Formats: sequence, C-alpha cells, structure tokens
Amino acid sequence: MPIWNRKLETMEHAELQQLQLESLQTTVNRAYRNVPFYHRKFERLNVAPEDVLSIEDIRKLPFTTKDDLRDGYPYEMFAVPLREIVRIHSSSGAAAKPVVVGYTRNDLKHWAEQTARVMSAAGVTKDDVVQIAFDYGLYTGGFGIHYGAERLGASVIPVSSGNTERQVQIMQDFRSTALVGTPSFALYLAEIMANMGVSAAGLWLRVGLFGGEPMSDKMRSEIETKLGILATDNYGISAVMGPGIAGECELRDGLHVNEDHFLVEIIDPETLEVLGDGEEGELVITTLTKEGLPMLRYRTRDVTRIIRGKCKCGRTMARIAPIRKRTDDMIIVRGVNIYPQEIEDILHEIDNVQPHYQIVIDREHGIDQMTLKVELSLELVTDQMHRLVELEDTIKRRIHSVIGLTPRIRLVEANTLQSKDGAQMVVDNREA
Amino acid sequence: MLKLQSVMTYYGRIMALRGISLHVDPGEIVAIVGPNGAGKTTALNTISGVLAPKSGRIVFDGKDVAGKPTDSLVDMGLVQVPEGRQLFAGMSVYENLMLGAYRRSSADKKTRLRDDLDRIYQIFPILKERQKQSAGTLSGGEQQMLAIGRALMARPRMLLLDEPSMGLAPLVVKEIFKVIADLRKERKTTVLVVEQNVKAALTVAKRAYVLETGRVVMEGASSELSKNPEIQRAYLGKGYKHMVE
Repeated sequence: MPIWNRKLETMEHAELQQLQLESLQTTVNRAYRNVPFYHRKFERLNVAPEDVLSIEDIRKLPFTTKDDLRDGYPYEMFAVPLREIVRIHSSSGAAAKPVVVGYTRNDLKHWAEQTARVMSAAGVTKDDVVQIAFDYGLYTGGFGIHYGAERLGASVIPVSSGNTERQVQIMQDFRSTALVGTPSFALYLAEIMANMGVSAAGLWLRVGLFGGEPMSDKMRSEIETKLGILATDNYGISAVMGPGIAGECELRDGLHVNEDHFLVEIIDPETLEVLGDGEEGELVITTLTKEGLPMLRYRTRDVTRIIRGKCKCGRTMARIAPIRKRTDDMIIVRGVNIYPQEIEDILHEIDNVQPHYQIVIDREHGIDQMTLKVELSLELVTDQMHRLVELEDTIKRRIHSVIGLTPRIRLVEANTLQSKDGAQMVVDNREA
Repeated sequence: MLKLQSVMTYYGRIMALRGISLHVDPGEIVAIVGPNGAGKTTALNTISGVLAPKSGRIVFDGKDVAGKPTDSLVDMGLVQVPEGRQLFAGMSVYENLMLGAYRRSSADKKTRLRDDLDRIYQIFPILKERQKQSAGTLSGGEQQMLAIGRALMARPRMLLLDEPSMGLAPLVVKEIFKVIADLRKERKTTVLVVEQNVKAALTVAKRAYVLETGRVVMEGASSELSKNPEIQRAYLGKGYKHMVE
C-alpha cells in the first residue's frame, strides 16, 4: 500500500512531537502578533506566547468558535495582509455572516500535500482517473481535493456536483476509477445508474472517497455494494482548511489525521475539559502550518474520539473515529450544512409568514429531501392561489440563495407548528 | 542530532530567548535568520554552552546538554565558530589552527593531526600559503576561513556558525557558503548557521527558522521561505516600496 509521504506519515512519535512543538509555538507567536482577536483573547486570559512551553500547554490558550470567525467577517482573522492571500473560500449563508477563509501560496501547497496523502491512503495513485463530484466554488470540497489529486498525478475530472446523469455518462466513457463526493451523492448516483440501466460491473470504478457529511456503516456498505467500490470516510472542515485534515486508509480503522499540520484535542463540550485518548467528545483543532488563517483550538462541534498508536498500514499519526454526531443543531443535507437558526432568520424577513417552522428531512431513493413547513400569518387568509404560490416561490428562492439548497415548501395554517415546549423544529427521518 | 525545546535564556532580567524550539537532523544545514537583536547569537551561545539557559531542554546526540560547559560539548563534537572570528591576531595561521585541536587527545593528535591539517589546507589553499603569517594580517574573508578551519581541527560532527558573512564582500560570502555546503556534502558535517544575510543563508540551508524578539515567528524549507512575501519584504529587499508607503 502506498504511503504518499513516508518520512512524515510514519515518523516516530517523539520526532513528531518535536515538530508539533516547533510549529505550535510559531503559530501561537504569529497569531498573537498578527491577529488582534487573538492578542486581545490572550490578554484577557493573561497568557503570553512564551507560556506555551510544551504541547500540553495548549490548554492555556483560548478556544476559537464559529461565532468568532463570523464576528471577524470578512478578513479580521487573517494573519497576513490580503495581498499575500491567493485564494479565498467561504461557507454558505447570507443571513448569518459566513465564515471566510484565506490561503497563502504556502497554504495551498500544504493543502495539496494533505489531500494527496488522504487520497493515497485510500489507494488512489497517478494511474487513477478521479471524478471529483464535490462542488467547485466557494465551498472547499472541490478545489481542496482537486489539487491533491493533481499532486498525485492522477487524471482529474473536475465534474463538480449535480448533473447526475451526465456524471454516469462520464464515469462510463472517461473510465473513472475513483469517485470523490458526499456519500448521499454516491447513493443517488447509484439510483440514477439503476434508472439508466447501468450496472456497476460496467464501470471502471474501484474506490471512492467520501466526506462532507456523516457516512453511516449502512450507507457505506450500500455504496460499496451498489457501486462495486471500496469506500473511505474522510474529514475536513472549511474553517480550518477543508478536506485533507484526516482520512481513512484502505484498512478503514479510523481516519488518519495529518498531525504535522493539525493538532487535535477532544474536549467535553460542557465543561471544556480536555479528555483523554479514546474518550468521546468534541473535536478541537489547532492549525500548525497555516499562514493565512491560523486557528487556535477551533471548536468543530463534531463528536469523535482520538485513537493513538501505529496503524497496520504503517502510518503512525493519530486517528479519529468516523464522525456521526454533533454537539450543536447543525444538520447536513446533501453535504450542505444547515443551521435551523439561519432558516428562522430568513423567514423573519419574509412578509406574511410566521417564523414558526419545521424542517423535515427524508431520504427518498438515496437522495436527501428537505421539506420546510411554514406557518402563514393570520392576515394572509386568502383564497387567491397565485399569492400563495408566489409566497412559496419567495421562500424557496431566499433559502436557495442563502444555503444553496432548494427545499420543498409546505404552507400550513397559523398556530399549528407553534414551538411549544418539546415541539421539534427538525425532524430527521433518515436512518442513522 | 540537535533539539531545542522551549529554551529560555536571560541576560540578567531581560528575557533574550522566549522559549524557542528547533531541531537539526544529522547531515542537515539549518539556518537561524532574523534582524539584529532578535536573539540569534544568544541562541548559538546557549547551544554551545557559553550561556546557560534558564529553562528548556537542549538535546545533542540524545543527551541533555543544557548548561554543560563548552569544552565538554567540543569533546562531544559540537563546535562553534564565533561571531567576529575571535582569532588570536598575534599568532600565526598555523598556530591558530593548532589551537582548534587543543581538546583532542595526544594519541589522536599523533596519528591524525597531520592529515586533518592537510585536509584543511586543501579546503582553504590560501591558509597554507599564509600559514606562517600572523592571523591579524589576513583579509576578512581569509580570517573567516581560518576561523572555520580552526573549528574543523576539532573534528566536529556539528558546526555552529555565527554570522560567517559578516563584513565580507559578496564574492567572498559566496565562497564561504560554498565551503559550508561542501563540508556537508563531503564530510556529512551537520551545520547550524546564524545569519543576517538571509539571502545567502537560505541559499545554503535546507531549512530555516526566523527569529524575532526572541521568538520563532516562521519556519520552513528555505525554498518556501525565500518565496514568502513577508521574508522578501523584511529581508530580501523585494517590495521595499510597499514597506515605505
């Protein structure tokens, strides 16, 4: 099994710790010096960069949250002048301010190295034809994987998301051997293939890298059976970098973290205490090499545990368990992150609807469907059909422009969804 | 081969090194660059035992050597070429070179000293020509060669070089750095070099650490650092216009 960067990925623990200590101190020094947000936080906590004398001393440092990044919209958290930033990505969301991430030339170089490593771990080589079905755009998925696949020397098809029938066609004609995308897209693709009468046996596909949303064991085995591939789970988070933070090797015994670039901790989300290896809690990530947007102790809200010790594949860096839970109310639909609060904010701005709503998520024929039930205000007692249709359209359009996903809308009478105690704002009917 | 972990060094009450960590692998050339007063020389002097760190670990060849006397470090193969050469001006070139072998055992001196001297004369033919001249009469470049030659006479496995380019003409700097690169290639000598001449240092070193006010603020492969806009602006003279705007 190939290891992309054998020297680093199989490095002795003591050696790795030396590297991590050096990079951590450099990152802390730069964040303190160049990012006013961190400077203020350090002063408030009465810590100085020279208090970080060991890796464990990271516990003295402040956390960074998504709200901090939003408050710093768009460029406040950058540690370099804008002219040194050569790429900008952003999370979706216009209601709440999105998270903007900037990359320097070196950041992009490291990012490609990191995604090359996770792709190599999944068994992708320069001989593969890689179909990248992550969205190319502000979202980090497409471009993030793209440059790693190119670094590997694979033949890259930047097909992006959507247009599924064409993707099946490309997969057949271009002889794609590797697929990269969300697991729900893979299932949808299988569905479309069945409709088109294309069988997995007629494809060249042999491996798939999936990420962007949780992949349950059931989904994984369904994908593997229907597409006839080996499916690996991968982890990335845009605020920290994007894809390439961690990924499974072919043995699929945890996601290998690129620990020379990211320091991972697990905390109790309530007490904020750091938990021991193997204990389940919230994943916290500190970047060790990022220049553009260094991140100290970013709270991912993703729940996992850290697995130490050498993997049978030979890699020595720590692994994290696949992520199945979150500590907040974020839901992921077709790889898109949605916060109920965002939906609520949008509804607030639309006349004649009450911000009482319910989000219902179903999986139909392999694809996630989001239905938004919205209460009409009492004033809009109208039998004019076109007004209701117009209203539905407005809601659809606004939501699509903010979260990038078009929900089905069901207008309901006032006072039927009032969020009393125990009323559910999100009903997720997908099986885990 | 050499590891520093969170080393702090004080001059009286002034903290000159604010917890620096770095490492040098065997056979590597690594540079510490940065402006005047950043703590570069303090770092070298702390490694070579001239100064004692207040805290932190310095590991050479797997042994903790923080605060160990300089002579015992020379015995272990860690030899410093000090800033400003520090030659004995009234003594001859030959005598200065012999002083470099001062800590070596007499048996060792008997068998290998002559060969070592010949090899140094091979590296620096000019020193052979001037072996009888007093060191004070040499040019700046020749003095630097002598200082390196003297350090080599101690048979170092790792050299610490403090500002080897100081006060030298560009062509001479090039020559000195070529010798440093050759030492690594031919003798596998590990080198940690401190330099204000960032351009020269990044040319010869594989990796570098950027020190500012006693802290490492950047690190990485020289190839990456030399392209870094911050480094270019601050040290390499490019984009100078932006700076004064």
